[in-house]
Amino acid sequence: MTEKIAASFQVPYLQTMDEAGNVDKKLMPTLDNDAIKAMYRVMALARTLDETMLKLQREGRCGVYAPLRGQEASQVGAAAALSKDDWLFPIYRDAAAMLLKGMPAKLIIQYFKGDERGMNMPKGVNIFPFAIPVSTQNPHAVGAAMAAKMRGDKIAVMVFLGDGASSKGDFYEAMNFAGVFKAPVAFVCENNQYAISVPRSGQTAAETIAQKAIACGFPGVQVDGNDVFAVYKVAMEAVKRAKDGKGPTLIECITYRLADHTTADDATKYRSEAEVKEWEKKDPIMRLEKYMIANRIMNEAEIKNAKEEARKAVDKSVADAEAEPKQKPEDIFSYMYGEMPQKLKEQMEYMKSFGEKK
Amino acid sequence: MKVNMVTALNMALMQEMKRDKNVVVIGEDVGRDGGVFRVTEGLLEKFPGRVIDTPLAELAIVGVSIGMAVYGLRPVAEVQFDGFVHPAMDQIVNHMARLRNRTRGRYTVPMVLRFPYGGGIKALEHHSDSPETFFVHTPGLMVVIPSGPYDAKGLLASAIRSPDPVIFMEPKRIYRAVKEEVPEEDYTVPIGEAKIVREGADITLIAYGSMARECVKAAEASKHSVEIVDLRTLSPLDFDTVEKSVRKTGRAVIVHEAARTLGMGAEISALISEKLLLSLKAPVKRVTGFDIIMPLPQMEDYYLPNVERINRAVNECMEF
Repeated sequence: MTEKIAASFQVPYLQTMDEAGNVDKKLMPTLDNDAIKAMYRVMALARTLDETMLKLQREGRCGVYAPLRGQEASQVGAAAALSKDDWLFPIYRDAAAMLLKGMPAKLIIQYFKGDERGMNMPKGVNIFPFAIPVSTQNPHAVGAAMAAKMRGDKIAVMVFLGDGASSKGDFYEAMNFAGVFKAPVAFVCENNQYAISVPRSGQTAAETIAQKAIACGFPGVQVDGNDVFAVYKVAMEAVKRAKDGKGPTLIECITYRLADHTTADDATKYRSEAEVKEWEKKDPIMRLEKYMIANRIMNEAEIKNAKEEARKAVDKSVADAEAEPKQKPEDIFSYMYGEMPQKLKEQMEYMKSFGEKK
Repeated sequence: MKVNMVTALNMALMQEMKRDKNVVVIGEDVGRDGGVFRVTEGLLEKFPGRVIDTPLAELAIVGVSIGMAVYGLRPVAEVQFDGFVHPAMDQIVNHMARLRNRTRGRYTVPMVLRFPYGGGIKALEHHSDSPETFFVHTPGLMVVIPSGPYDAKGLLASAIRSPDPVIFMEPKRIYRAVKEEVPEEDYTVPIGEAKIVREGADITLIAYGSMARECVKAAEASKHSVEIVDLRTLSPLDFDTVEKSVRKTGRAVIVHEAARTLGMGAEISALISEKLLLSLKAPVKRVTGFDIIMPLPQMEDYYLPNVERINRAVNECMEF
């Protein structure tokens, strides 16, 4: 007979840079100034794209869009840990991560304008088309990671999910597979505090989302998701772990969705202005700017210049997306199968007999 | 050599795994145990590292297979029974079937999802269902159901080589019920081609899977000259073969185990009325499962279409 503690676990938390942009040098990851500037530029580009998408939506030039404002550091810090051969499995709110991994902004705009071609990734850009049904991307990422491992490809797979997605069985099933097969995958949970209106406390009674990894036999870590350096550091460790054959990691980024869930949502219904104001003070872009100015990595003029460049790049992407000729009507039939079945040929001819739609 | 359907399916997996190193087998108990019906027996020993015993999670088996397929493998995923495929429906409908289209051809999902279906073996609850309509109704999928060992081997080989996802349903009551001559060498049976398994002049029976065999028994017992079309592929449907036969006989009965409403019978009947109305000598009839929950073993014979039910429909058509 015995009575003992069968197992005990800890969930580490990391912040390297505070809200004022002060860093703890001992905790900082290795990053040269050019790498920091590159991360900043993608964050600024994503912020600009985000603002533009909201404007386009209001003007009727684009459909429903899911803004990421506030989550730039989580996405950029994490995705910056990936190499070209690594794979990214994003969701609909991950424009910053996708931009960093090489997805042209034009394609993101095109997709949200209601054009499937936006998901036709350029060759060599290892991004899976982002998932709309929540949490369904998790098993895909694990499958790709298992396939890479079976083939002996020394790559890592990174999958993004929200706090809402952590409630779904898909997440657990995927993590469980990843643990059992030691799949080279990093799960990055952008805990932005809300799944539409339901707060984090309404998703799980667990103290952290990170600890859910422990049930699957691998580490879960929590990180200040508005601190790009901290996110980058834990993501680098997770990617290294994956590539060294040590298996998966779950990273929980504590962040905040500063905007509405989508352009069809009104967040004032379920959260206070004061709460949003508090989080605005933790804005990840502002925080990085403070750090860069204090450490003479970029001065204010250079920051302004970077923002102007982002604006120009986004404007050009919008123009390119809008200049794209419409798809051919038959394209809605053409990609159903490798070879079009007879019945679809008949239905397509029938559709075409009604002529072009505006 | 003469083998049953289980052996024929196993031969197809052996053949395709040998032919293409990207083919992997994944599912619950498919490795060491060789599958609950022994379809995957011996594969683990022959192809170590390519046969994956998974945790018990159908959603993830299918979701993970999708990720593998996009990465470049050709997974053959197994779900143990018809009633357990439903947790994976989200992955099947929202991803497996859609990826080619939603990426405009950039990513494809060349995978097979196999599972045994149907009643007739006195199985447990949730182990005797016929859910094919869900898949036939989902654009982007192919749905294949063999009725015997020869077709089973050839169709599974085609399914594995298909550039698109294939739902491969195996009539479990046929697994060990019949033996056929099955060549050891490599061959395929094309997806999308029905087969006339018996020629006749008076009436056409249209069926697939276990019911194709029930139709043969019914035809043998009938006083009429009965032609039988074994569809073999439900999606894409080979209506040309059905059309030729019904044009000749002028009468059609569709037979399936699945519930009647919106089943294959409804679709084929609609196609016949759209395209062959003036060739018909009698209304099209359906002999199907009822629109009820599949009964437990004690009452399953009341549910399953049989020779008597098929021949009553045949006689009604002939006497119309």
